[in-house]
This record gives sequence, C-alpha cells and structure tokens, in this order.
Amino acid sequence: MIDNMSWLAVYSEIVLLVMGCAIVLVDLGVTSRKRNVTHFLTLLTMGVVAGLEAMYASSGNTFYGWGNMVVSDSMGSWLKCFAAVTMMACLVYGRPYASDRDMLRGGELFTLSLFMLLGIFVMISANNFLVIYLGLELLTLSSYALVALRRDHATATEAAMKYFVLGAMASGFLLYGLSMIYGATGTLDIGEVFKVINAGQVRHQVLVFGVVFIVSGLAFKLVAVPFHMWTPDVYQGAPTVIALIISSAPKLAGFGIAMRLLVDALLPLAIDWQQMLAVLAIASLFVGNIIGTMQSNIKRMLAYSAIAHMGFMFLGLMSGVANGAVDAVLAERAYSSAMFYVVTYVLTVVPAFGVILLLAREGFESEEIADFAGLNQRSPLYAGIMCVCMFSLAGIPPLVGFYAKLAVLEALVSSGGALHVALAVYAVLMSVIGAFYYLRVVKVMYFDQPLTATTVSAPADVRLVLTVNGALVFIVGILPGGLMALCAEAITRALAS
Amino acid sequence: MAWLSLAIWVPIAFGCFLLFFSREEHAGFVRWVALLGALLGLLVTVPLYTGFQLGTAEMQFVEKLPWIGHFHLNYHLGLDGLSFWFVPLSAFITLIVVIAGWESIKERVNQYNAAFLILSGLMIGVFSALDGMLFYVFFEATLIPMYLIIGVWGGPRKIYAAFKFFLYTLLGSLLMLITVIYLYSRSGGSFDILTWQQMKIGATAQTLLFFGFFAAFAVKVPMWPIHTWLPDVHVEAPTGGSVILAAIMLKLGAYGFLRFLLPIVPDAAHQWAPLMITLSLVAVIYIGFVAIVQKDMKKLVAYSSVAHMGFVTLGFFIFNDLGISGGIVQMIAHGFVSGAMFLCIGVLYDRVHSREIAAYGGVINSMPRFGAFAMLFFMANCGLPGTAGFVGEWMVILASVKFNFWVGFCAAWAVILGAAYSLWMFKRVYFGDIANQQVREMPDISAREYLILGILAIAVLFMGVYPRPFTDVMDASVAHLLQQIATSKL
Repeated sequence: MIDNMSWLAVYSEIVLLVMGCAIVLVDLGVTSRKRNVTHFLTLLTMGVVAGLEAMYASSGNTFYGWGNMVVSDSMGSWLKCFAAVTMMACLVYGRPYASDRDMLRGGELFTLSLFMLLGIFVMISANNFLVIYLGLELLTLSSYALVALRRDHATATEAAMKYFVLGAMASGFLLYGLSMIYGATGTLDIGEVFKVINAGQVRHQVLVFGVVFIVSGLAFKLVAVPFHMWTPDVYQGAPTVIALIISSAPKLAGFGIAMRLLVDALLPLAIDWQQMLAVLAIASLFVGNIIGTMQSNIKRMLAYSAIAHMGFMFLGLMSGVANGAVDAVLAERAYSSAMFYVVTYVLTVVPAFGVILLLAREGFESEEIADFAGLNQRSPLYAGIMCVCMFSLAGIPPLVGFYAKLAVLEALVSSGGALHVALAVYAVLMSVIGAFYYLRVVKVMYFDQPLTATTVSAPADVRLVLTVNGALVFIVGILPGGLMALCAEAITRALAS
Repeated sequence: MAWLSLAIWVPIAFGCFLLFFSREEHAGFVRWVALLGALLGLLVTVPLYTGFQLGTAEMQFVEKLPWIGHFHLNYHLGLDGLSFWFVPLSAFITLIVVIAGWESIKERVNQYNAAFLILSGLMIGVFSALDGMLFYVFFEATLIPMYLIIGVWGGPRKIYAAFKFFLYTLLGSLLMLITVIYLYSRSGGSFDILTWQQMKIGATAQTLLFFGFFAAFAVKVPMWPIHTWLPDVHVEAPTGGSVILAAIMLKLGAYGFLRFLLPIVPDAAHQWAPLMITLSLVAVIYIGFVAIVQKDMKKLVAYSSVAHMGFVTLGFFIFNDLGISGGIVQMIAHGFVSGAMFLCIGVLYDRVHSREIAAYGGVINSMPRFGAFAMLFFMANCGLPGTAGFVGEWMVILASVKFNFWVGFCAAWAVILGAAYSLWMFKRVYFGDIANQQVREMPDISAREYLILGILAIAVLFMGVYPRPFTDVMDASVAHLLQQIATSKL
C-alpha cells in the first residue's frame, strides 16, 4: 500500500510539516522583535516547496499514493506552487505592518501561515473525502487563530469569533454532505465514488441531499452568497495582513477541492450542482457588485469584490457540462477558465492588499477609501500598481482580469443555449456596476488632493516584490497565452486521469 | 517593415517611457520627448500612405502573429480604404494635442503626455485590428487613459464626467463583448473579422448581434438618445481631451459600424435601417436645435458633434456608395474641424478661464489673427464650400436625396441649423463691442498656437478644395462593402 510513489506524492507536505515544527522550535530561541530568522526560514521553506511543486507540475505526471488517499497531478501541483508563492508575497508585504503593530512578539504569524499552507496543500492533493476534510480543518483552524492574532484588539477578536462560529458550521455542512455521499456509495475514495455513482445504482435523492450540503460548505469557503455573511466583517475586523492571507491562497485551495469534489467525484450529478452553482453565481454577482458600491472601507469593498469574483468563477465551473452530457472539450475549457480566473484573481488581489498594507504603516490603518486620496502625488509607483489592480479587477483590457472574464464568458456562451447567454449578459451588466467601485479607488488616488504630503516609503524587499507583482498583472495581461495554456493543460491532465 | 505595428507601438513606448519622469523639474525634458514621440508616431504613418495600393479592397500591410493560442487569437493587423485615413489622422491629432498642451498643462506633465501618446497608439490599434478580440482590447483599453485625462486635468465636475464617460461606454462595449464571444463560438473558434464577414447567420441571431454591436458603437458615436454623456464629458475634459474625443474617439464607434455591423449582419442592418435613419435624423435636427440654445461654448460644439455624427450614421444606413463615402469623409473632416473648434475654445479659455459665451464679445478686436482662424473653422463647421466640412455633408445629402426625397429634405436641415448655431455663436463671441476688460487685454495667439491652428487650417482648406486623396483611397473598399451589404446571409 505504501510504495515509493506514496512518499513522492506527499514530499512537499512533509517538508512543510517538518519545517513548520522546526521553525516553531527555532522561534522559541529568537528574541528579536523583528523575527528575522523565523521570517527568513519561513520564506525559504515556502520557496522550496513552491520550487518542488513547479518541478512536479512541469513533469506532468499523475500518481496516487497512500492507497489512493492522495494524488499528485499537474493541476494540484500548479495550484500548490501558486499558493506557496502567494503566501510568500503575503508575508513579505505583511511583515512591516505586523512588526509595527507588535504582532511579532512571537512568531505565530509565520508558523501559523506555514500550517495554513500545509492545510492548503493537503486539501489540494486529497483524493479522499477524509483527507479533504483534514486539510480543510487545518487550513481553517490556522486562519481562525490568525484572525485572532491581535488578541487585545476588540474588532479582531470579534471577527475571529464570527469567523469561527460560521466556519465551524460550514465545516459541519461539508462533513454532513460527505457522510451522506459515503453512506450512499460506501466509499470515501473520490475515484470510487465517481464509479459507483456513474454505475447508477444509488438512489438519486440521497446523493442530491449530499450534493446540496457539499455545495453549501464549498460556497462558504469560496465566499458565495448566501454563505458570504462572514466575509466583509472578517476582512474588515482582521488585521490587514491577515485579511490578505485569508483572501488569497485559500481561494486556490477552494478551487482545488471544488474540482476534486464536484468534478472528480460528483460529475454524474452535474445537472444538479450546476443549477446550484448558477443560483450561487447569480446571487453572488448581485450582492457582491451592488453592496460593494456602498462601501467606504476598502477592506470591506475588497470583500464584496471577492464575493462577486467568486460568483464569476462559479459561472466557469458550471459551464463544463451542457444539458447533462459530459463533453471533454467543453469541460476542459470551462474548468481551465475557472482555474485561470481564480489564479489571476489571487495575482491581482495580493498587490492591492500590498498597497493597503504599505499605506497603513504610517501609524494609522488606512482602511478608508478616502485615505488613498492623492496617492498619485505621494507615490506614482504605488498609485500605478493599485490603479492596474483596480482596472484588472474591473475587467478592463489589456489587464489580466479581462482575459479571466473573457475565458469564463466564452466557456459559458459556448456551453449552452439561450439561458447561458442570458447569464453571460447578466454577469456583464453586474460587472459594469462593479466597475463603479474599482473606479472610485482610482478616482480617489488620481483626482483628489492628498491629505498629507508625506511620501510613501517601503523596505526594499516589499518594493521589489510589489513592483514585480504589479508588473505581472500587466504583463500577463498583454500575454496571457502562457498561463492560459498552463491551466488548460493542467485541467486536461486532471480530467484524463 | 511592420509599419502598422510601429504606428501603434511607437507612441505607446514613448508614453510608457515618460511615466518614469514624474518630478516637476523634468517637465521641460518630458515635453520635448513627448513631442518627439508624437512626431515619430506621425512619421511612421507616412510609408502607409506612400505604399497604399489604390483600387483594391484587399487588406494591406497585413501582419499576423499568434497571440493567445488558447483562443486561437491572433495579433492580426491590416488596413483597407475604410480604415486607412484614421491612422494618420490619429497620429496627427495627437501631435497637435501635445503641442497644444505645451504651456497650459503645468501639473503632472509626464502623465498628461503619456496618456495622450498611449491613447494614440491604442486608437490606431482599433482602426487596424482585424481580429475581433484584438479590436475589443484596443477599443476598451482607450477607456483607461481617457478616464484619467478627464478626471485628473478636467474642470470642476470632472469626476462626475469621468464616471459617466467610463460607465456608459463600458456598458456598451461589454454587450459587444458578448456579441463577439457569440460570434466566436458560432464560427467554430475564430476571432477573425474577415471570417465572420463570410458566415451565414439566421435572422433572429442577426437581430441580436445587431443590437449587441449597436449598444457599443451607438454609445461611442454617440447617437441620439444615448448621447447625453458627450456634452458633460466635453465640458469637463481638458482641451486636449476634448480634441481627441471629438476628433478620433467618436470615430471608433462609427468605424465599428463599417467594420462589424454592416458586413457581418447585413440583413438585420437592412431590417433596422429605418430605425437608424430616424435616430440619425433626430440627431441632426433635434440636436441642432439643442445646440442653438447652449450658453457654454464647449457644450455647443459638443452638441454640434452629435449632430455631425448623426450625418455620418445617416450616410452609412442609406446603403449607397455616395452615402458611405460621404460618411467616412465627414468623419475625417469632423476630425479636423471639431478638433480645431475645441482648440479655439481652449485658446480663449487659457486667457479668460471661462467657457460661457456671455463672458466674451468682440474678441476679434483684441485677437485679430486668432479671429481669422476661428472664422475659417466656424465656416467649415457650417459646411461652407471650399472647406472640409462641405464635402462630406454635400455627399451625404446628395446620397439621401437619391435614397428618398424626404430623408434628404430632413438631412439638409443640418446645413441650416449648423449655420445658425455656428454663426450665432461666432457673432456673440467674436464680433460686437468688447464685452469687458479681460477680453480687451487678451494677448493674440502665440507662435505655438499660430502653428497648430495654421496646420489645421491648411488641412481644412486642402480637404475642402481637393478631397480626391481622401476619396480615392476608399472607393474600392466602399464598393466591396456595398456588395457585402447587398448579399443576404440568411
């Protein structure tokens, strides 16, 4: 049952686990308030696993280990690689902020991030319901702790409380759904579940109940309406650096398990979950874009923007199956568009938060959109990066967000009849409303007069990573072909196996 | 040489380069680099003119490279008679704008010039793209620099205007996006415009596609009744922004009709032509009356733009060669004339800081040289023979009389109304007694202003007296387009 392949499949998870434990121990000996050693070791570990995963991913092999409990395929490896890189960027952007606010008394920020990343990795490589659940719990428990990191801060603890209660409920949903599927099919293995359901000997009704609960659980993790209530409060209440962490890499994991659960395991039930996703998408686009326009707090605004974007991503996920018939070309298009969407969303939202963190360092939180007034005069570079991110989130070409929307809309339109075209038109109309609030940030930065004349300064590492990150939003926008091909290939391989 | 690519990317490269010089003390250097960029941008369009083959409707200067493999998207450029003149026109107007902003723009000079140079490249991209998605990318990308131009250097209500501009045009273009994606999936995975033009499409689909395209292009033109964003934007935009907007950006929409709507859905175009003609005539007559009562100079010229663009769409939808060529000629002429009109307003605004017609009077006394130029442009605006404004109007009126006497009769009102609002405004601003002390002390135009108004004056007169270089280029393509329109695709 355990062979060489088994070890290979979880190599990077082991690295993360061992290093995570080691860093906890090392951190005990660190007395500096800056936590340089911990920071460096954490980044190093993440860099190593990112490299490892990129290597696996480009080899393109798919192998199963631990008696089919885990799988290593190129979709998972790319997602893990992106997650690790995202996490690195988050920690680089977040460290000055955290250190200013005395959040580095201990190294929990770094070690919890490592364990969170481990949870993400486990989720993404899972090929078994239980492993998915294990990974999910590791991820969410670390994030609850991260949100509560400033334990003497009332809003942060409130946010953590809210997050914890609602998150536990969602985990319950997911677990309940998984157990129903288990009860019906008699197996926890994703491939087996698929076969049993496909054979058609299970009562459809039980399965549908299971699907409803699974989709609800997923919707919570991927911040879809009506399971979104926690999002704005937690984004706003959590320290900005934590909001950045929980808003970025976990989305990749969410996409990963959505693929594993809905596509790999429950594809024969596509006609059922497709409708649910459509409803979630319609509601998310509506709430995310309309309520988003009313926000004056930029973190809340980004929370609503996340809701809207995940709604868009659901449109991609749901268009893989037309009229209940699985079509390989269509499926590849649809899922790769969703993957491209989620990857580019993370790529764009991370530098946006990065700029917020940067401004927040001057002794105040810089959470109101009005705090960005005249940023262009204070620092054209950071204003430019934020501007690129906002236009990208709004979906204006030639920035990367546009191609993400294009890919999803293309998949949607080509997958079905008039109903899907109508959905596409609806999504587009909602995007116009959403564009309003992204534009407002640009407006504040470029058209308004600055409140202070101080220029914005940042440590060299932050400046470098942020510039590269902002440039990527632009460059991948001009030449999105490579990343698209990568997603397409990853999905093709994942579907073929 | 890939001259078309150069025409697109030279100004963009210069624009991006300028973004690195944000400090105040670099302003002088920035201006010269911007001028160099605009000049080079214009120069690289010269080989396009000398190398253009007359008498063929084939695409010329074609460049085709794979761009996004996943969608079979190509970087596919080319020019034909329909699009040819807009490329040098864009480069030319950009040069004028860079010179015009030389002294009046003192804040964030680098970003100002960069925005215009980048915008210029993007607009040339729109006119030369032969790939539907490439067209869309350029078409949409123009929103970003224009939004910043209006919002950063605009007037008191600039923010309202910038948002209105962005959201109106974004809404229109996104509906076109769905249309383009639909065509893509229908054609079996091709974004090639020329392929789309060959496709058979059913009647219902044609109608839907028609309105998808209509949404984008009619907002951009802008046609009545979705023109309301234009006066607001013109009033608030800085002079350069107004010039680019009126001279080139409005043409993006009209050009879209020619490149997409007419050849791809000809049957729907025939079916809905009465609607389009009606909307155009409303624009010509009703907006003409609206223009008369304006108190703000910029608003007046903005409404006059709407009316003139109504002429363009009228010409397109009466489906004969005179009408379509007339429409295109009118587009080019309007580029020169409206650009010049907005520059004249800018000259006055720099001196008095007011755009109210009532704030002026007797300008000709203190600025005789300027008055002479302004006179020429006003005459061109009302379509006086011998000026650029005359050629297109005359062609469209003639075409519409051929098409239907009453349509021609209504269209001819444009000339009367155009004369009415132009001349009345000219009288109130330039003639009469000197209204106030400020006007008395206005210095006449500087050498720089003399230069740009002079160049434009030559262009306006040249086009009015000898329009053949303009019409020769488009003849073959217009004939080809008419043939496409006449062929049913049902």
